[in-house]
Amino acid sequence: MQAQRRELLKLFSLMAAAGLLPVAPAWAEEWNKAAFEAKKMDDVIRMLGGGAPQQSVDVVLSGPEIAENGALVPLEIESTLTNTESIAILIEKNPSILAAYFSIPSGTLPWLQTRVKMAETCNVYALAKAGGRFYYAAREIKVTIGGCGG
Amino acid sequence: MDTAIRVRTKLDGDLVQVRVLISHPMETGLRKDDAGEIVPAHFIELVTFAHKERTILSAQWGPAVSRNPYLSFKFRGAAKGDKITISWVDNLGEHWTDDAFVE
Repeated sequence: MQAQRRELLKLFSLMAAAGLLPVAPAWAEEWNKAAFEAKKMDDVIRMLGGGAPQQSVDVVLSGPEIAENGALVPLEIESTLTNTESIAILIEKNPSILAAYFSIPSGTLPWLQTRVKMAETCNVYALAKAGGRFYYAAREIKVTIGGCGG
Repeated sequence: MDTAIRVRTKLDGDLVQVRVLISHPMETGLRKDDAGEIVPAHFIELVTFAHKERTILSAQWGPAVSRNPYLSFKFRGAAKGDKITISWVDNLGEHWTDDAFVE
């Protein structure tokens, strides 16, 4: 299923690159709307097809203690779990808790850096999936000026 | 809209670190403009990176990814001069594809 989906995505990206697609309709269905509309971590995980997550020292979430600008909070996430398949970033008190979800094929390291918006001071979670199970790291980041309504 | 994608790569053996900066407003749909009007949501939903016709990373983003998104990741199996293709599509159906080469 996963492999087929990747093949399809690849095909469409090739077609788009070749100018054969005015829009990319296949991608629109790919975005997990339900997960991005969920308000709680457990609901996000359910939408991603998993069960109860477990806190783990094998997932490391780095970021500032205090973010002066909530519109631009740098995060770094690393998983040392064998066969990490995906990494998600969840921000507890944002209007939608799920900020980003990354699928990590073999050959790509379970490590990434990105920048997110935070509405207010809260816990940020890095959620990694490995061997069909979900593991997470949590970190509180204080926000001086929120970055969602702005 | 400025739709540029800027890419920097750093090769170490066959491991390459990719740093990407995409120009995109990433509007949440919650922000008000100077006239007090809500600015409609406009954000990238899907991003894929391909190397030698293989997906090396795919991402789903919500509006909480910062304006002009920055992303860095690392993958193995690359050599100098290899092409990396980056594609994104947003919630309004706008999309963009660009190539970068491993330095």
